[in-house]
Amino acid sequence: MSTNTDGKFGDYGGQYVPEALMPAIEELEDAYERYVLENEDGFMDEFRRRLRDFGGRPTPLQRADRLSERYDREVYLKREDLVHGGAHKLNNALGQVLLAKYMGKERIVAETGAGQHGTATAMAAAHLDIPCEIYMGKRDINRQRPNVFRMRINGAEVNPVTVGRGTLKEAISETMRDWATTVETTHYVIGSVVGPHPFPSMVRDFQSVISKEARKQSREQFGGLPDSVLACAGGGSNTMGAFANFVDDEGVDLYAVEAGGSSLDVDEEKGVAPNSASLSTGGDGILHGARTKLLQDRDGQIMESHSVSSGLDYAGVGPELAYLVDERRVIPVNVDDDAALEAFHRLSQEEGIIPALETAHAFAYLHEEYENLGETVVVNVSGRGDKDLESVIEETSKRNIPNAPDMSMFQGGL
Amino acid sequence: MSRVPEAFEDGPAFIPYLAVGDPDYESSLEYVEALERGGADLIELGLPFSEPIAEGPTIQSAVVRSLEGGMTPTRFFEFVEELDVDVPLVCMTYYNLIYQYGDEPGPRPFVEKAAEVGIDGFVVPDLPAEEAGPLREACDEFDRDLVFIVAPTTRGERLERIMDQVSGYVYVQARLGVTGAQEDVSDQTGQSLDRLAQWDVPKAVGFGIKTGEHAANIVAGGADGIIVGSALVDIVAEGHENGDSAAEVADRLETKARELKDGALRGVEQRVPHPERQ
Ligand SMILES: Cc1ncc(COP(=O)(O)O)c(C=O)c1O
Repeated sequence: MSTNTDGKFGDYGGQYVPEALMPAIEELEDAYERYVLENEDGFMDEFRRRLRDFGGRPTPLQRADRLSERYDREVYLKREDLVHGGAHKLNNALGQVLLAKYMGKERIVAETGAGQHGTATAMAAAHLDIPCEIYMGKRDINRQRPNVFRMRINGAEVNPVTVGRGTLKEAISETMRDWATTVETTHYVIGSVVGPHPFPSMVRDFQSVISKEARKQSREQFGGLPDSVLACAGGGSNTMGAFANFVDDEGVDLYAVEAGGSSLDVDEEKGVAPNSASLSTGGDGILHGARTKLLQDRDGQIMESHSVSSGLDYAGVGPELAYLVDERRVIPVNVDDDAALEAFHRLSQEEGIIPALETAHAFAYLHEEYENLGETVVVNVSGRGDKDLESVIEETSKRNIPNAPDMSMFQGGL
Repeated sequence: MSRVPEAFEDGPAFIPYLAVGDPDYESSLEYVEALERGGADLIELGLPFSEPIAEGPTIQSAVVRSLEGGMTPTRFFEFVEELDVDVPLVCMTYYNLIYQYGDEPGPRPFVEKAAEVGIDGFVVPDLPAEEAGPLREACDEFDRDLVFIVAPTTRGERLERIMDQVSGYVYVQARLGVTGAQEDVSDQTGQSLDRLAQWDVPKAVGFGIKTGEHAANIVAGGADGIIVGSALVDIVAEGHENGDSAAEVADRLETKARELKDGALRGVEQRVPHPERQ
């Protein structure tokens, strides 16, 4: 794992933020180096203890019996859906909220797309007794209502963001604006491996517990390392978390599965890319504090992205992933909305695990390309799908998904 | 050569900002020209970017109107060429648009083109001094100024790093946060000006200035210029919502500009000799 401290991954990364934020970013850099990298005051010990007691770690590496049979190879599931809150997001949120306490901050702000990071942050903030405000796009609020309720019930304020299309991109911009106003007392808990340095490195470090455990569990359970690791990629935090400790293992292929949405084509006129495949199709540019791969038009205006899963619906991606793709260490692939929905139903029926729609993308890729993934495959189950049930019913009813249960019973409400 | 220094030659500079193309190309031309008639000494022309993270709601809305009206960097340069004003012009935009322009990656093609159409300098709110090397180089090559924003939180080594690279003027951010007109102006300004006193570059204060009285207070407090954006964009927005003619809106902008400029001039007379700032 590259523990770089200059904030650059090749040419990617950096700190492209308004001057008002720079002192806070420098303060955070300093805190990251001291507490996270050097375990000052036993920060990392406390973090690990809380991840265990509050978060429920370690999570199992489970052999998926029916998928293994179906695809005629060993398929293992890294069960991040079993982390408290139902997704990998708590690994990062707990780390950052704890860090904010160590830094003496009095307030937490965070953005959320699917609401998983927002709920994880709200839980961590309640657990560690610090006030918390979450910014969430209006459209995502409608798509992910159960998570909005959870945040409110944990005591967080939820601020709807109405500018633009009202998804993750706008929510991040709005949280940065809040932070620019309140930086002296507030920590911004960013939800993925995106944003200015030190966020991409720090979030990766908090999430890398996934691959640290998975690597050890692989050794114990099948006496070696997997041939490939699959993880969905929005901003890429579960992805980097699942990959980090395998990056130096050259025999392990790393697949970042992006949302192909409804199509990989872009509409330059309207500024719309009906997908969120920034690693697969994006160009080099600067967004939200970092240089990375982006969905943008010829002029550099950021495109509106699309995915059936709000957690993947983002025009950018973490700079380290962009770098690892250029270095050919990570293979960027994508699957479309329909394939993800089909995979959602398959995993629910065949393994008894209802995955998040984000996670379902990784399983759709497994379904399409299993023959090329080697004898042993680890899929990161980044989260559970309870939050998605309303969207799944709606999206499945609109389409012809061959393996879906009969949706008519849900028509007209339950 | 950049004409930016001319703006500060006789007395305090009044520096208005508008988003170019808000709400449409033709009206926007009239509006910018009205600002000059109202006494602008330098004009900041905003080239709209889809993710304006340093802007408050007023300028965000202006950006949306302008982008919906079809504004692009290419149209922006046409606009500047067509514009009939004599004061220096500074382009305010975000780094990705500068970075993507032209055939080679990096800021050089943008700066070259901007220099050709008569832009004298740049303010880039999401480009801190640490990342500004390539743009500073391009500005040097084409004799343009690169203005940096100094926040109330900027101190010590950071401040020095910025002051090493700045040219034209420093943009003193009057308070923390994003752009937007305020009811009163912050007293953080005086402290920021004190911190900057040792550097011999004009100091223009912005973020929140709304009235002639604000302008007077800020100049009386030692600023060499005042920057006003949201209070002017508000006038454009209101005219647009009410369906007023471009000529009416232009008149209102000119009147507001004059109020601000007169305020700035009054501020000079109100200056009290400052023991540390001589
Ligand atoms: C379950 C789940 N998986 C994946 C993601 C995508 O985020 P990232 O790419 O940062 O892991 C999200 C985001 O909300 C999520 O909720």
